[in-house]
Amino acid sequence: MKTTSIMIVGVGGQGSLLASKLLGRLLVDEGYDVKVSEVHGMSQRGGSVVTYVRYGEKVYSPIVTAGEADFIISFEKLEAARYAKYLKKDGRIIVNTQQIDPMPVIIGAAEYPENVLDELTAKGLKIEALDALTPAEAAGSAKAVNIVLMGRAAKYFDIPYESWIKAIENTVAPKFIEMNKKAFELGYNS
Amino acid sequence: MKKLMIGNEAVAAGLHDGGLGVVSSYPGTPSTEITEFLAKYDDIHSEWAPNEKVACEVAFGASLAGARSTCAMKHVGLNVAADPLFTLSYTGVNGGMVICVADDPAMHSSQNEQDSRHYAIAAKVPMLEPADSTEAYLFAKTAFELSEQFDTPVILRMCTRIAHSQSIVELGEKIPAVLKDYEKNPQKYIMMPGNAIKRHPFVEERTKKLAEFAENCIYNTVEDNGSKVGIITSGCSYLYVKEVFGDTVNILKIGMPNPLPEKTIRDFAAKVDTLYVIEELDPIIETYVKTLGIDVIGKDKFSLLGEFSQETIAAAFGKDAPEYVSADSPIPNRPPMMCAGCPHRGMFYTLAKNKITVHGDIGCYTLGAVPPLNALDSTLCMGASISGLHGFNAARGESAEGKTVAVIGDSTFMHSGMTGLVNIAYNATNSTVIILDNSITGMTGHQQNPTTGFNIKGDPAAKVDLEALCKALGINRVRVVDPYDLKACETAVKEELAEKEPSVIISRRPCVLLKSVKHEAPLTVDNDKCRSCKRCMTLGCPAISMKDGKAKIDTTLCVGCGVCKQLCAFDAIK
Repeated sequence: MKTTSIMIVGVGGQGSLLASKLLGRLLVDEGYDVKVSEVHGMSQRGGSVVTYVRYGEKVYSPIVTAGEADFIISFEKLEAARYAKYLKKDGRIIVNTQQIDPMPVIIGAAEYPENVLDELTAKGLKIEALDALTPAEAAGSAKAVNIVLMGRAAKYFDIPYESWIKAIENTVAPKFIEMNKKAFELGYNS
Repeated sequence: MKKLMIGNEAVAAGLHDGGLGVVSSYPGTPSTEITEFLAKYDDIHSEWAPNEKVACEVAFGASLAGARSTCAMKHVGLNVAADPLFTLSYTGVNGGMVICVADDPAMHSSQNEQDSRHYAIAAKVPMLEPADSTEAYLFAKTAFELSEQFDTPVILRMCTRIAHSQSIVELGEKIPAVLKDYEKNPQKYIMMPGNAIKRHPFVEERTKKLAEFAENCIYNTVEDNGSKVGIITSGCSYLYVKEVFGDTVNILKIGMPNPLPEKTIRDFAAKVDTLYVIEELDPIIETYVKTLGIDVIGKDKFSLLGEFSQETIAAAFGKDAPEYVSADSPIPNRPPMMCAGCPHRGMFYTLAKNKITVHGDIGCYTLGAVPPLNALDSTLCMGASISGLHGFNAARGESAEGKTVAVIGDSTFMHSGMTGLVNIAYNATNSTVIILDNSITGMTGHQQNPTTGFNIKGDPAAKVDLEALCKALGINRVRVVDPYDLKACETAVKEELAEKEPSVIISRRPCVLLKSVKHEAPLTVDNDKCRSCKRCMTLGCPAISMKDGKAKIDTTLCVGCGVCKQLCAFDAIK
């Protein structure tokens, strides 16, 4: 079995840690060998953050390199564009349409490439852009954007819906389980 | 039970299950979680020490007392702990002792990318290097036996990719913690010349025995796939080699980089036509192999810089890279920055505005260096702000003294800022030091320190009184300001710089990310009043941007600190 590579990208503080925790737990429970590699420390302070998740029969490298990712799940538009080169030729990007200006844009030293997703789509990349914030808020918290996106991505995995729900129950604090299950469902059915 | 664990959690589990009694550490990315996970065990004495030297000496004392002990630090922390390390090599141990050190190739969160393997060689102590969490658990657990068997501290070397990557670990049995007898042994533990001179031959003899041990240990493994190509590799480089080559080449995986196994290497090399060494950072294994007179390809082909990956290794062997597509539009960088409401911002704004020369230090506040504040002039290592300021002023005299300061965090001041401050008082430069006291060790993810009033478990602890401490160190002028009050910051900085004696300004407000900190309601911009002067933008606050020619505050980020409001000349921010 070939190793599947997933990247979860976003801005420090957006909740990529929970998404990778959920995915890791799910894939271990499904019996795969799994590696998850994340970033700690300085880059977390509002910087660009990336988490690699790889699974298969036997996984060696914990990181994903250019042209290798089967999926890129991005919490923010610019970050999807930044890591697009990691996508495999027939891979898929699932991206939240939220736009967070980085400091060079805020201070006017650079421009936010507003139409970059269209540009990448025109180059043949499979990109699914969705507003994950609205369903997250409908589920009960703007912070559930991560789980909405996981729900949307789940459609493309050969893993039963119930297993995802079980993984949510096993990873999320008890008082947030229902909210996250709802967010997952809204993403899955989007 | 099978569990996904980051390497650092696996190290903690391994140390615990190996019978650990005492851990003392100073936080530092990427090593911090080792001690944080150890602190969750109630059968271990755990603590944050003020610095790595103290931590290492605490571990020594615990070992002397008969307990299995450890200390954990980042690579540059081992520089601080190098003094005890080199003589610990002579004394050896009573209870097993493991020094965990985490290197940071590619400098994700560090000021250099030094290779800690040099320390193992220089101090003549064994070093183990795991490649994933399973090995991290196993190597940490067995390191105590190695330590006690050979009467030596053992260094366990991690790196960012292993420390912060999760892989599956199957936990084993816990070895009960035992307190061995303590017996006075001056010849072994009092390292004055007459005794140390007798311990040095022991160290050399021990290295020979360890080299023999290395030939048949669990740490070094050979994968003979009948290939004529052989690769010697270690740590995460091994993972990338396996990713690229699978079982198509012969591999000697080095899990014990010091001392290296001569016979194993010779036998391995003899079976292949072409031999490579693939190791991140410095050519440690390569240099050793070359001293054996064996032809080997290493750093000619593989960089001395940064991290490797399956991509860099495939490219070095001329293998086809996967195709990919990237955007033509320029993608702006997203550098890390001080958070919205960060208490450091007001002080940095004041220093930048007054064009002060600022000697910086290690912590979140190093981010004062980035645009638009550009407030720092230097950052070297923990504590160097204060000593560097003194040297700068000693060299330039009055022309510098009135417009130069040092900035240092509360935890860094405890770590190694105090001695520099004593030096300023004692050797009398007219220097002004600003302690950015945010009541926590911030950058490494909120660890307690001696100024916070809490210990590693979150229990109340003795709290250093910074004002009294600075006075006791010989500084008469000590004052406290609130960095959210720009006027107070400016007054304090100007007054202290004008004084003809050393001074300390404590810029005090807790980190805005602390759970105990209550946020004010977010501020908003009155578009009718905003004249688009962009003065608020000079703060570099991530919550403020310009939209359609007017300042706009992101209410999801703003914590209502009110610093921007003080800058607005048109009363547009409410």
